[in-house]
Amino acid sequence: MGVKILTQHSGVPGIDTFEVYRKQGGYAAVEKALKSMSPEEVLEEVKKSGLRGRGGAGFPTGLKWSFLAKPEGVPRYLVCNADESEPGTFKDRELMSRNPHSLIEGMIVSSYALGANTSYIYVRGELFYVIRILEKAIAEAYEKGLLGKNILGTGYDLDLYVQPGGGAYICGEETALIESLEGKRGNPRIKPPFPAVSGVWGCPTVVNNVETIAATSWIILNGGDEYAKIGIGRSTGTKLISACGNINQPGIYEIELGLPVEEFIYSDEYCGGIAGGKRLKAVVAGGSSVPVLPANLILKTIAGEPRLMTYESLADGGFATGTMMGSGGFIAMDEDACIVRNTWNFTRFYHHESCGQCSPCREGTGWMEKVLHRIEYGHGKMSDIDLLVDVAAKIEGNTICPLGDAAAWPVGSAIRHFREEFEWHVKEPRLSQQQNYGLAAYADPLPVPVTEES
Amino acid sequence: MEIETREIRFSEERLAEVRQILQRYPEGRQKSALLPLLHIAQAEFDNWLSPDVMDYVAGLLDIEPIEVYEVASFYTMFNLRPVGKYVLEICRTGPCCLVGAEKVQAHIEEKLGIKPGETTPDGMFTLKPVECLAACGFGPVMQVGATYYEKLTPERTDELLERFRNENKRATYC
Repeated sequence: MGVKILTQHSGVPGIDTFEVYRKQGGYAAVEKALKSMSPEEVLEEVKKSGLRGRGGAGFPTGLKWSFLAKPEGVPRYLVCNADESEPGTFKDRELMSRNPHSLIEGMIVSSYALGANTSYIYVRGELFYVIRILEKAIAEAYEKGLLGKNILGTGYDLDLYVQPGGGAYICGEETALIESLEGKRGNPRIKPPFPAVSGVWGCPTVVNNVETIAATSWIILNGGDEYAKIGIGRSTGTKLISACGNINQPGIYEIELGLPVEEFIYSDEYCGGIAGGKRLKAVVAGGSSVPVLPANLILKTIAGEPRLMTYESLADGGFATGTMMGSGGFIAMDEDACIVRNTWNFTRFYHHESCGQCSPCREGTGWMEKVLHRIEYGHGKMSDIDLLVDVAAKIEGNTICPLGDAAAWPVGSAIRHFREEFEWHVKEPRLSQQQNYGLAAYADPLPVPVTEES
Repeated sequence: MEIETREIRFSEERLAEVRQILQRYPEGRQKSALLPLLHIAQAEFDNWLSPDVMDYVAGLLDIEPIEVYEVASFYTMFNLRPVGKYVLEICRTGPCCLVGAEKVQAHIEEKLGIKPGETTPDGMFTLKPVECLAACGFGPVMQVGATYYEKLTPERTDELLERFRNENKRATYC
């Protein structure tokens, strides 16, 4: 059993209530920070901890905070990104619904460090029941004097509100989230200016993931150095991994960074192996946007070293033989899973969720979806495979926000590692379709594709 | 489906909620309340946003109606056409498909005789496949109103449909 930071209260009855959370030592970080530390000291501890953004980017949190502009007379804002929508990722929802006060405590500590007097938790709209849980917990915190004016008599004021989204994946991108919070379409902004200079309503703003913010309380209570001792190298601390797909024990696990991937997949403490005793075929390690890896490459690096759950080890070898930690959405696929169908499915997702601002993303994701659809449904041509590689390459790096990259990487990596499977779909369309999810049982065989040509 | 004609106005209770929501934002930034207000409006007016409802929301926020239309049409949670009492939002994204979501969707289509986007003739159910619901470890998953139904099978789906029919009550997000 590794160190538990975010899930330390797991299983405590009533932990979602203020009373129980307080009895478990909750809000001690707020007391410590507000009563005995300056905002600069709080920031320094977070820097020392090596905590990196847990939403997917992995950027050092303390460094991000230090970029916040502090012009006189202009309010600053902290916005918690709880717009969890990345396929494979479902950790924040559980954290918020089971232990809402841990996020609220992190919001108070982080807002204090940043000099923010108003903060928002932007929750994906679908999670209305989570919104209600958070609102109830926030009301309790106000009642107990941990939010509002003159918190704990320290002179620090903070108002905290929950903002519901409207069901758009793109709002997980920080500038799109800011636009959405301002009551607009979630169209990402061109950077610079970065939110740290011009964010919500043009004011300096920090946007952090739920997990990132929730970790700050432990860091303040125990010290940044203690946090940095957990993990390996620049991958410090713990990480929530949401595991799903064809595994025996899907769920959310808090791991110390550095755990071998093989142990995560096969040990009873975590995923418990592949369901039905089947063989592992492939893994998407950090949410749908990161490159997929075949079993041999997710278990070991190209040098034959055990692959570890760290930012560096997962990325070892670059995109040729590695992937990314991303948001920790761990999707395991067994030997029966169809890579072509899964890739088509992800591409449909990105096409649907593209905001449409940039032509490469708007047009390219739809183009890839159509080509993958016709390959999957038995109308593909060999040249389609290279066409996909070409379109993906032309989307990557050519859009305002990372959604273009997120759409391109699954396609490029799937073809890089599973080209033979794409070719088999083209050569043996009827055989391949019968294999896929047993769909032949109810779907028309080889239906007409969406478009004949693109 | 018959569309009821109703006066477009929030109840006093809802208006009090609106006033509270507006206090969350700095003065002059009331447009930020648009998404929360659209959710309330949708829940109040038969779970869809007609042009009249959107115009009403624009008036409450003192913004142009087009500002509401462009937002309402961008976010998938807002229905711009009448829907059934129960909108069956089934996740059709990768992880749920790996564990059988496509079979559950096909089962619903066959059982209710509707395709995605369609509503049953009795106005009870609308089928709306959606992208990831962030419940990937517990798939296949379907959202109906504010409730998530997880680890679905065709049999469990049948039970749910039967229960909804018996309850016969409009399900909304809030």
